Amino acid sequence: MRYAETGYNLEVDLSRGNIERVETDPRDTELYLGGLGTSAKIIWERVPPEVEPFSPDNLLIFAAGLLCGTPATGCNRTIVTTISPQTELMAFSMMGGFLAPELKYAGYDKVIFRGKSPDLVYLWIHNDKVELRDATHLRGKGAIETAALIQQELKEPKAQVAAIGAAGENRVFFASIEQGRSSASRGGIGAVMGDKNLKAIVVRGTKDVSIAKPMEFMELCNEVLEYIKYRNDHPIPGVMPILAGLGSPQEMKVHDEKWHTENFSWGNSRTRRKDFWNEDIAREWTETMESMRTRLISCYNCPMTCGATISPPGMPTYMMKCFSKLTYTMAAMSDLEFGLGIAQSATEYGVDGFSAPQVMAFALELLENGILTDEDFPGMPEDNEGRFYWLLEHIVHREGIGDILANGTYWAAKQIGKGAEEYAHNNIKKHEQLPLKLSMLNPIYFIMYATGEKINITQIEGQFPQAPFPKREHREAFVKDWFQVPDEKFKQYFLDWEPRGDNSIPYYPTPPMVADIVDWQERMHYIDDALGMCAGLSSFPLKPPYHLHNYPKFISAGAGVDMDEEKLTQAIRRYRTLVRANNTRRGMSRKDEKPPKDHWKKRFPELEKELLDTYYAFKGWNEDGIPTETTLREFGLDYVADDFLARGILTKDADAPPKDDAPEKGKEA
Amino acid sequence: MPEEKKTKTVKTIKVDVDKCNGCRACEMICSAYHAAPKYSGNNPERSRVRVIREPLRDVYVPVYAGEYTPAECLGRDKYIIDGKEYDECAFCRASCPSRDLFKEPDSGLPLKCDMCEGEDEPLCVKWCIVDALTYEEREEEAEEDEKPEDIDVGIEALADKYGMDKIMDAVARMSQQKKD
Ligand code: SF4
Ligand code: SF4
Ligand code: SF4
Repeated sequence: MRYAETGYNLEVDLSRGNIERVETDPRDTELYLGGLGTSAKIIWERVPPEVEPFSPDNLLIFAAGLLCGTPATGCNRTIVTTISPQTELMAFSMMGGFLAPELKYAGYDKVIFRGKSPDLVYLWIHNDKVELRDATHLRGKGAIETAALIQQELKEPKAQVAAIGAAGENRVFFASIEQGRSSASRGGIGAVMGDKNLKAIVVRGTKDVSIAKPMEFMELCNEVLEYIKYRNDHPIPGVMPILAGLGSPQEMKVHDEKWHTENFSWGNSRTRRKDFWNEDIAREWTETMESMRTRLISCYNCPMTCGATISPPGMPTYMMKCFSKLTYTMAAMSDLEFGLGIAQSATEYGVDGFSAPQVMAFALELLENGILTDEDFPGMPEDNEGRFYWLLEHIVHREGIGDILANGTYWAAKQIGKGAEEYAHNNIKKHEQLPLKLSMLNPIYFIMYATGEKINITQIEGQFPQAPFPKREHREAFVKDWFQVPDEKFKQYFLDWEPRGDNSIPYYPTPPMVADIVDWQERMHYIDDALGMCAGLSSFPLKPPYHLHNYPKFISAGAGVDMDEEKLTQAIRRYRTLVRANNTRRGMSRKDEKPPKDHWKKRFPELEKELLDTYYAFKGWNEDGIPTETTLREFGLDYVADDFLARGILTKDADAPPKDDAPEKGKEA
Repeated sequence: MPEEKKTKTVKTIKVDVDKCNGCRACEMICSAYHAAPKYSGNNPERSRVRVIREPLRDVYVPVYAGEYTPAECLGRDKYIIDGKEYDECAFCRASCPSRDLFKEPDSGLPLKCDMCEGEDEPLCVKWCIVDALTYEEREEEAEEDEKPEDIDVGIEALADKYGMDKIMDAVARMSQQKKD
């Protein structure tokens, strides 16, 4: 009997139209938990580095996290894993909503797609009945529209649908997979889905998800729910509103956008408008939001209402969350009404809300600077907002210049040449980042930006305050009920962190402290991605209800896997290393681990080197950022060590432990 | 001598659809609470409250399972509230042959909300921390009438489906098998 998980994956061969239900190995649950962890292992085993993103041999894995479908509040993430066309690395992107629990109720933990369908199809999973169905009539349809049409034709209003729009079909490198309330956007995973000729995955499940130790598990769930209520009533003082509470950034509720609009950059991540926000704009934007927002909405089994239904005048209703509220507005130097309107089209087309606006602003910058000319934009309207709609159309349909832009700023700049590379200035690992340009280097953020393999800063940061509080007394008050820390020393790190003087950025926190802090934050995100937990209740906010101390109990009581803090940390490090190993094998190394040159004005090359060296050593990686043989064998990743030695990625470590010293035999360091 | 007044406790769950965010925590916890053993699993399909949810039309209606009915209504209701049209029978609580709401997924037996007998507060209310569901209790004078047992309702439903004879046969056969 398997608990929390179902113990079954679906293997779908799209080339042959063959579908199989395959039992999984419970030992993998102990070692890699589930979700991202077990998916990383499947990618390692079945997608060697020779496999290109658009090869039929690339896999596209939809995984429900280990605890999805259990009563654990907010545990609803689908983790989508594949090789990204944009970064050419392993991409993993998460979406909330309702799909993952539904998949569990249907009796599966993962759906693994391989091959390429000859015609456009969708997968319909209804408990034991699983079939590929023709989707040629849905070609070109919007992602949200597609979901509604499929529910109608199947007469299954309760079916959950994740679909791509035109962008995915046309293999736009930053195409998303949309699921109504939520989307998996980063890394261009929607393009891989389009390449496989898979329009949608549709799920309806009416079976049970079982719990190993029911009373213990409910006790933990009740504690979490109580703490959420407590935190809702006690926002953290001294930080900006979106960091004070729980949930994904509460962008649908918060009207005061002074912080975002004055700190984030406008246009192609260029202009900081320090005096932008004023009363008139506040009034206007509040009216816009209130007139278009019909309701605040949640994901499955979560009270946080981070999303909203938006009805722009004259356009169909759609659902929105987080910061896509402002990305189009700011890229186009426009207002909120424009932003909420174009986001409707962008959601139907299915594009990433960070990359798409930047790509469009990048194109217009190239035009302004004569690198592209009017001839590249035939028929483009004169007005700024019209231009963004025109560009969006051309990108998602890969028409004219849109065909080049659809590859993202990094690849487009290469193709265009003539100095265009200088304008693709906001990328890490070939992927567009948050439009943020700051002054003084922050050592914690330096390491997170450089080494993150989730490509998005919001998916690495969270547990440690972004900046020191002004006075020691504020810091003392903050650490008082900070029980989430992995160790008491983190409180001291924070207490001693001053806005100015010796103990301030960039030299404080010191490199070893930075390693500790980043590792903690990253660990939280990786565990969320294996369990299917929403970052909004765990890794993203300060003082979350889920943390390193209660997670082992959730796993033991829920999945019946014997777990403690030590074992959990070891498991996270194991599959985190495996993610890196997948990317190492694809050529990623220290040379790629760089924040954009202009991310901070004040840079410190020597300090940055020391930070990176210290962090790599802390992680058990060599100075190139490659996991050492010793590290790999310690985690029981002998198969990776052997592969690296065979490929010449590593040479034999003198002090590597003997091969059979696998951690499952109780030999963890 | 005046007859002693009987009272009954009226238990009300107030549903404020404006506050519902569609999370379905109510469905999840109801099914977990009624699992045997308690909390050993969950499956919203077994829940005695279901959220009729159509986000794009802004339809959010948590509906509670009421009485089982063997035959569907001939007349149907359709509501339009604030310009929003709700599906036929949207607000009806019956476990009724016209739809698959409020039936056990494997047996098809009817489900009915029991207000979480024995708990301080209905679980769906406890888990709806946004207060779309709130709970009230009051005493009212009343004549006590016999409530049919769950098992009676179940058998009645089976009888409607298969006929009494077939059920008697099946019960006889099963008890024979148990003895063997
Ligand atoms: S916190 Fe927000 S984003 Fe996360 S599960 Fe809840 S509603 Fe969804
Ligand atoms: S728990 Fe409350 S908010 Fe969530 S669906 Fe049920 S009634 Fe609506
Ligand atoms: S009151 Fe109890 S039995 Fe009734 S729907 Fe709510 S949780 Fe279920």
